[in-house]
Amino acid sequence: MTGPNTNRTLPVEATVAEDDIERDARALETVWGERPGFWSWLTTVDHKTLGKRLIVTAFLMFIAGGIEAALMRAQLSRPENSLIGPDRYNQLFTTHGTTMMFLFAVPIMTAMGLYFVPLMIGARSLAFPRLNAFGYWNFVVAVVFLYVSLFVNTGPDVGWFAYVPLSGPQYSPGHRVDVWAQVVTFTEISALCGAVNVIVTAFKMRAPGMTVNRIPIFVWAQLVVAFMIVFAMPAVATGSTLMLATDRAVSMHWFNPSEGGDALLWQHVFWFFGHPEVYIIFLPALGMITPIIETFCRRKVFGYTPIVMANITTAFFAFGLWVHHMFATPIPELGQSLFTAASILIAIPTGIQIFCWLATMWISRPQLTVPILFVLGFLFTFVNGGITGVMLASVAFDKQAHDTFFVVAHLHYVLLGGGVMPLFGAFYFWFPKMTGRKLSETLGKWHFWLFVIGVNVTFFPMHILGLEGMPRRVYTYLADTGWGPLNLVASIGAATIAISVLLFVINVIVTMRRPVNAGANPWNSSGLEWSVASPPPSYNFLYAPLVESRHPLWDISVDLPVLTGFRTDRREVLVTTTFSAQPDSRHEGPTPSIWPLYLALCMGVVFIGSIFSPWFVLGGVGLSVIGLAGWGWTGSKPSGHERVSTPAAMPERA
Amino acid sequence: MHSVFDPASPQARAVAHLWWWMFGVGAAVWLAVMAAMLLSLRRRRAVRGPDELMQPAPGMDSHIERVVKAATFVTVLILIGFLAFDFSIGRILAQQPVDPLTIELTGHQWWWEVQYANQDLSQRIVTANEMHVPVGQPVRFILRSRDVIHSFWMPNLTGKRDLIPGYQSTIWFQADTAGTYRGQCAEFCGLQHAKMALTIIAQPKAQYQLWYAAAVSAQTEPADSTLLYGQRIFMTSGCSVCHAISGTQAYSTVGPNLTHFKSRTLIASGTLPNTRENVARWVLNPQAIKPGTQMPPSPLSTDQLSALVTYLETLK
Repeated sequence: MTGPNTNRTLPVEATVAEDDIERDARALETVWGERPGFWSWLTTVDHKTLGKRLIVTAFLMFIAGGIEAALMRAQLSRPENSLIGPDRYNQLFTTHGTTMMFLFAVPIMTAMGLYFVPLMIGARSLAFPRLNAFGYWNFVVAVVFLYVSLFVNTGPDVGWFAYVPLSGPQYSPGHRVDVWAQVVTFTEISALCGAVNVIVTAFKMRAPGMTVNRIPIFVWAQLVVAFMIVFAMPAVATGSTLMLATDRAVSMHWFNPSEGGDALLWQHVFWFFGHPEVYIIFLPALGMITPIIETFCRRKVFGYTPIVMANITTAFFAFGLWVHHMFATPIPELGQSLFTAASILIAIPTGIQIFCWLATMWISRPQLTVPILFVLGFLFTFVNGGITGVMLASVAFDKQAHDTFFVVAHLHYVLLGGGVMPLFGAFYFWFPKMTGRKLSETLGKWHFWLFVIGVNVTFFPMHILGLEGMPRRVYTYLADTGWGPLNLVASIGAATIAISVLLFVINVIVTMRRPVNAGANPWNSSGLEWSVASPPPSYNFLYAPLVESRHPLWDISVDLPVLTGFRTDRREVLVTTTFSAQPDSRHEGPTPSIWPLYLALCMGVVFIGSIFSPWFVLGGVGLSVIGLAGWGWTGSKPSGHERVSTPAAMPERA
Repeated sequence: MHSVFDPASPQARAVAHLWWWMFGVGAAVWLAVMAAMLLSLRRRRAVRGPDELMQPAPGMDSHIERVVKAATFVTVLILIGFLAFDFSIGRILAQQPVDPLTIELTGHQWWWEVQYANQDLSQRIVTANEMHVPVGQPVRFILRSRDVIHSFWMPNLTGKRDLIPGYQSTIWFQADTAGTYRGQCAEFCGLQHAKMALTIIAQPKAQYQLWYAAAVSAQTEPADSTLLYGQRIFMTSGCSVCHAISGTQAYSTVGPNLTHFKSRTLIASGTLPNTRENVARWVLNPQAIKPGTQMPPSPLSTDQLSALVTYLETLK
């Protein structure tokens, strides 16, 4: 065996002998495969297992948030309804918002990245598999904590934005707001773990030859969003964990005006995170649309470079919009104008992406499968939400529409149309890759039509309600207001959405009982993830694929050329250079470990305990020292890192 | 009664004007995108290539590139036009009022305290949840909050302005159509955010001045024995701990000022019409009507309640 620091050139082979393939597959399965049993379930670091688990958990949160929404719509279906009182209603709408933003939308978009980024770039795993597990377990702590609290009548009740001073110690005694602040903390940790993983994986672990201008658009979107998470999450961490929690626990008075604090400061800190958050949900969804359109239009997307640039531009602008949530506050008008201009400008990159997709469809023949239907549903719904978004950039108009049902309508058009519809399309598209089974197209079409109709029937009337004076976050309204009929329509629409999601769940359950028969590339698609079996083997790629274009499976007529010569007796991954993706070194990845779970539980002790006594912080930190030592312990093994040089036969084909 | 579509001030009218333009242009853009989408499904411009992929017709890519560039250019033009239009509306709204009537509005959980500013303290009016303003004169509001953040919003008259503890902000409008306008707190402020409405009655100057003259007058001592009994209950059963009636010993500022209680059309921040039965129900158990309100139930006997309400009804 070669020792560390020896330069070795890995051989490039166009075809590998059958016997070698069988031998290597068996060896890799032994090294990478998961052993059966509960312990292995707790200790796994496989990005596919954890990605799937995160998708399922986050989708359960979508259903939980949906049930809360259904209860709210039932309460609002007629004036002065007595179904749900104000105390319960406030907990419901806060938990709905917190669940949908922090526990469904961001995690599920990240989860799609954590599952697919390695497969799309030809890597065997994520850069930091144990960190990924740690992120997942933190997320689970947040889910359990929020829902246990809700069921013992301690659900947060000050809105998902938790404005001070209402959320401060004086006006929200008890632990409801503490629950919110700490749930947010866990999701921050979880999102940051995912973001760091995606950045390093996408920069350093791409298959040889996948230069920067050949990165799949899905991966670009995930990469851009990962950077956004790195910049946005610390703002809310400062706000909720550092300031709000210490205001409440040890009377820091950050936000208390009578002690020299500032009530408006919270809004800046929160929305500096809160507005990019919307794009953190939206950009990955846009990244899912491109491969769907390419596959079902049977054509490479028009405008790869503009689409990638639009993603990056959107990410920059997204950090310059936060004040448009605060136009009604006493902020100087000149300053507000700047944010108006930025809020309008951000429509341009999104517009460019939409034009590129329309152009791709225009010059080809789209097959109307369920994934592309959801893309059409996205256009139908999201464009409406985008236009109302531009309207809300106007200070004068925003002061009329702000905090009314008009904004409720706008944000659901954007998030359901721009986030959830592409996500459903992506589920239908990649489900065969994840499970080896195709979802039913018939049920899928029912799901699609009911969902799109339901979303529009629910949220379109809310535009009118808002301009007729109905504010958000009200548990009831008087009959005299005349808001009853449109609210009833909205509630009927909500029931339609519920039925459509139920059809999707039935579709998944029925499909999972069928045999695995989808094949490696059921849609004849172009990305590297379709070159491996469905579901993918534990080691993803038997050999490192050599990438010569943006559409590896479309641009070659025979088998993909591969790079062989990896060790098969350990979890070896190939590290490549950031821009040109030349082989740089090989690296031994970590084995399964219980320490990520243990450390996540320590975080639970620290942050949940801090609500009750600061001593828990000390205790939890002490316990986590043990976990960190265990995590980093390698015994007497030598370093698993060695350099390789670029093979002579790197891609030269035209 | 409360609608952006039915403006009653130059300020709200300017915004409604902006809205209808945005609606028209927005609808046109949406229809254009939908048309392009539907036509792209119908078009058969490509042929199936040897590898099952679509081969665009020759020259198609450069043609479509020009179309995409043009669409982007048009988008930018529309957005710049919109920006300029919005700034012009913003300038209209940013003008300073001339010779305004000044009202100090303070937000409380969950009601609005109203004070008509006046150098002469005897001419100052303190009331709650309902304001009379003259048509044709600018009205300037000084906004403060006593507890959490609230937001002042009268859809027919003006957009929102937040009432933030530690900050003082102002907003103004000039009602140009007489009428009764409803507004509601627009920033989530706790349990009864839903029932924190306010009413503005815009009336011709002469009528307004009559109202004002009545509103600055103090109440006279009741002469009738029932009324005296009712007043005594007010003073001794806990009402006066929070509420004030000028001309009596009740001067607390915790709850709404009740000096001219009967002149208001609604009670409990726009929740109920100000009728005898409603006032009695409210006094007896406000928690049944507005759960969580700061006002506690008053376990009064039927006689006591009747006398109290009779007394309150004289506070015109």
